[in-house]
Amino acid sequence: MTEMTYLRAISDGLRTEMREDDRVLLMGEDIGVYGGAFKVTDGFIEEFGADRVMDTPLAESGIVGTAVGAAVVGLRPVCEMQFADFVSCGFDQIVNVAGKMLYRQGLPVNITVRLPSGGGFSGGPFHSQNPEAWFMHSPGLKVVAPSTAEDAKGLIIASIRDPNPVIYMEHKNLYRRVKGEVPEGSYETPFKARVAREGDDLVVITYGAMVHTALEATADLDGASVMVLDLRSLVPLDEDAILRAVHHCSKVVVVDEANQTCAAGAQVSALIAERAFEDLDGPVLRVASPDAPIPFSPPLEAAVLPSVERVREACRQLLEY
Amino acid sequence: MATSSTDVPIGPSSRAQENPSAYLTVDDRVGLLGAMLFMRAIEERAMNLYRQGKVPGSFYDGFGQEAVSVGATWAMAAADRLCVLHRDLGAHLVRGVQPAAILSQYMGREAGITRGRDGNVHFGDHRTGCVGMVSMLPDMMLVAAGMAMAFKLRGEQRCALTWFGDGSTSRGDFHEAMNWAGVQHLPVIFILENNQFAYSTPIKQQFAVNPVERAAAYGFPGVSVDGNDVEAMFEATRIARERAIGGGGPTLIEAVTMRMHGHGAHDDMKYVPKALVEEWRQKDPIDRQSARLKELGIDVEALRQEVRAEVDAAAKTALAGPMPDPATATDRVFHPRDADEILLGDGAAPWSGFGS
Repeated sequence: MTEMTYLRAISDGLRTEMREDDRVLLMGEDIGVYGGAFKVTDGFIEEFGADRVMDTPLAESGIVGTAVGAAVVGLRPVCEMQFADFVSCGFDQIVNVAGKMLYRQGLPVNITVRLPSGGGFSGGPFHSQNPEAWFMHSPGLKVVAPSTAEDAKGLIIASIRDPNPVIYMEHKNLYRRVKGEVPEGSYETPFKARVAREGDDLVVITYGAMVHTALEATADLDGASVMVLDLRSLVPLDEDAILRAVHHCSKVVVVDEANQTCAAGAQVSALIAERAFEDLDGPVLRVASPDAPIPFSPPLEAAVLPSVERVREACRQLLEY
Repeated sequence: MATSSTDVPIGPSSRAQENPSAYLTVDDRVGLLGAMLFMRAIEERAMNLYRQGKVPGSFYDGFGQEAVSVGATWAMAAADRLCVLHRDLGAHLVRGVQPAAILSQYMGREAGITRGRDGNVHFGDHRTGCVGMVSMLPDMMLVAAGMAMAFKLRGEQRCALTWFGDGSTSRGDFHEAMNWAGVQHLPVIFILENNQFAYSTPIKQQFAVNPVERAAAYGFPGVSVDGNDVEAMFEATRIARERAIGGGGPTLIEAVTMRMHGHGAHDDMKYVPKALVEEWRQKDPIDRQSARLKELGIDVEALRQEVRAEVDAAAKTALAGPMPDPATATDRVFHPRDADEILLGDGAAPWSGFGS
């Protein structure tokens, strides 16, 4: 075990898999010589060369589309969108080409698309988004979102090895803020939920950066015992783990950093309404960003993103129900 | 073959040479005609089946454009890879897809290439090295560029090819693919199938400068070819492939042709001047290749009969096949982790130049 940041853990996972499998190559804007906008691939070009750490033209559709072509003839491309927001420019290739290839033609598309996502540092409307739900809604794509350093490494390795297109959400606000013990060598994190903290009175169901917000908000909540369930994978969604947690706690707060409408948490809430109604001892409460672009100015951004205080308030309200 | 002028051409500028390629044997030339006859016979049969209500949705064909896909595919090696579009059925036939599987595909049957998951010419039999199109047509230019990128990275002497239409040249993926291929000097062939109309939109409303001229701006050659001459299509593609596998980079080939039918079976094409269709009818690619072969003493009528009989039998087989089981509608959305890896396989490559 080595202690490292979430960002270094992603690097470590990529490096580990590239050493083990020469079919793996990285593609993206400024990832080679510069080492990536966030330095995830810093030093990679020296070890693996410019062919496997490919500085591409500034063309997101091009990155995904050529990755699909390379994948169906045997490579394992890992695409970096410089910011998750820019994936909108590659959306068509992901949704229509990559996501539907297997269903239509029996041809799997083994690509991983890394999306540095999320707000909290005045990135403004085009460097702060959480677009995971766009892809959850589109068949044939897996979507994962680690919250810890250990899972960041294990999920990037598992994503590369998965024969399907995987959208890997990496939260920018966790890159250097979150550190943890990370196992040496190669390992995979399953596409399953994880109990981030055990508890009995209420469960907060969330993923990504909001796992840390939820842990902080409920660490000392008037003596209440609060479970935090970290989904880790949004597609497939670990329905059993969600239903078990609801059965155990009976009160549920669902937190998304993404805009509220049709977010991952909406799917979680619908699942609970359909299959765990009898287990509930109160309404399912949701905390998410309102349906507005993520603003630039710090007080405006803070007013939009779910805060520790908002999560705490929702939990208190439900505990008193 | 000539580089085009700045004028947007509405047809081939000169009559096809009698022997556009010195690389074709008589067997090759007969094979080219045979594949075009198959394409036409299958599509005509499918149009009848559509009118009988046996082909759901609409039906899209490549009537009059058979030379474009047949000629180009004939020049491709087994290990090469293709992204095939909806007026390019000939590519599938040359690569070895069977007529019964194609007719089953059109009718949404279980024995179709996509097992009813997708319709009409939206298919690719991965065993033959072909990726089927999506409806956002120039997307496939990037997929082809990506295959070529992999070949280049691995140092393989292989080439990728894709087709797209005049309408596709207006979309961003056209630019991204052309630029990417130029920057990385990829072994890829882009065939612009200029059939004068994108649905109802004529090319003069699609571009101000013929897209074949844009190739130079991306750093590689663009050539215009008589798309209704199957041997000229073969020769242009053969040259482009030779350049590609020799490390010379991409080529854009404009195949100048005409969409003789509506965009789909539902389209009466009233926006196309009748005189224009009539003019192009005189340039029919099958008639032209038939005339060549008749001069060589080939019994073209016998070939025609043979093809017709085979397509009749294929239609019978396809019609007898079952529809897919509705219980399987959500199968195969994801590939199981422990399942075997599936990659594109090698297709048939009948050209005598490959020494089969």
